[in-house]
Amino acid sequence: MGWDWSFAFRVLPDLLRGLLVTVEVTVLGSLVAYALGLVLALLRRSRIAVLSRLVQLFVEFVRSTPLLVQIFFLFYVLPPTTGIKLSPLVTGVVALGVHYAAYTSEVYRAGIEAVPRGQWEAATALNLPRNRVWIGVVLPQALPRVVPALGNYTISMFKETPLLLAIGVLDVVNRAKEAGAEYYRFTEPYTMAGLLFLLVSYPASVLVRRLERRVGRQH
Amino acid sequence: MFESFGYIVSTLVKGVPPTMEATAGGIALTIVLSFITGPALLSRSRAVRVVSRVYVEGLRGTSEVVQLFWLYFVLPALVGLQLVPLYAGVLVLGLNHGAYGAEIVRGAVQSVPRAQYEAATALGFTPAQRMWRVILPQAVVEMLPPFNNLFIQLLKSTALLSFITVPEIANQGELLRANFGSQLTTIYVIELVLYLLLALAITFVMRALERIASKRVGRRPPDRARLLGHAAPGSA
Repeated sequence: MGWDWSFAFRVLPDLLRGLLVTVEVTVLGSLVAYALGLVLALLRRSRIAVLSRLVQLFVEFVRSTPLLVQIFFLFYVLPPTTGIKLSPLVTGVVALGVHYAAYTSEVYRAGIEAVPRGQWEAATALNLPRNRVWIGVVLPQALPRVVPALGNYTISMFKETPLLLAIGVLDVVNRAKEAGAEYYRFTEPYTMAGLLFLLVSYPASVLVRRLERRVGRQH
Repeated sequence: MFESFGYIVSTLVKGVPPTMEATAGGIALTIVLSFITGPALLSRSRAVRVVSRVYVEGLRGTSEVVQLFWLYFVLPALVGLQLVPLYAGVLVLGLNHGAYGAEIVRGAVQSVPRAQYEAATALGFTPAQRMWRVILPQAVVEMLPPFNNLFIQLLKSTALLSFITVPEIANQGELLRANFGSQLTTIYVIELVLYLLLALAITFVMRALERIASKRVGRRPPDRARLLGHAAPGSA
């Protein structure tokens, strides 16, 4: 069985539609991960020891267990126990967002810890209120240098969105699977799905690497 | 109620050996590929560098799910070779994480100070001796923490093998879901706990190796108490 160009072109529009869903989930999931990760990182620095410890355990737990099982958990366990019924797509965004928030929280933490002590001392000496220390002094210095690391996690997330086919999200791989099952021909759909991933994620990773060098030069 | 609880636990625990086999096989293949491809990325030969770079970028640039489906569904159609699900899984886990591992090895080898190379050359070591007796023992200490994270990623990836019907933990859970719709919380919580325990076991072993490796090159061993709490965020 060789390569059939006419079949490849017939399934391509479907795959591109799927790619759009994949990108959509990745963008929304990233936004959740960026926001929730920052919240987790700040809670982790809380002066309430129990809270900080709980956040640490949550982060370790999320990072040590498979995303696929977390997706199943959100999709099958949450609705009956809480009454919240989420669509597969929203479940996917939440699952990816929370999973990657565990990783981004560590990125933010490292970024915050890299802000020199003198900055904190100066802010204290100036008698700045605590929220202005964060918003005006620490975060503006910490956030730019974590951008490349956040970008890397977005790329990872992009490559993990196909897991959502397990709950019926029509991403690029699920489209390929459907097209393949319909014609019982998997060579073209899966090969093209793989190439589409490469087409998006390789330029993205080159971009992130360039960003990394730029940030590295500034500090 | 309690009878079904016992049944759920025993069914899920049956998934542990296949998960462990896939993890162990994947880790073994990852180590082999990392130590071949990592130094190859730094080779003096342009051809070797290009081939290893294509492998690393190709495997890191595509989704693991696609790689799995490709190997399991497309390869048989192309070359007529149908792999047993577990072997296909081990192969994909190893090939994929080997690409990440190659970068870990490359980074660690590059982080060994230049003077170590010069000293080894001055003492008349051959390039092979220099690599195996001087550079790698120092580089390995740097590699162990990121490899710990990588192996945990690999363990987590074994759940994907449920897509190709390997009877591992996640697949066992999906079998139960059909008949125990009222106890989904129990099923998934037990699954998560099993994975957490396996991840802790990996970290435990890797921390022990870290202590041995750092002692061997005369560095202070890392803190014993920090079993929870990785040094760096995951690499994959």
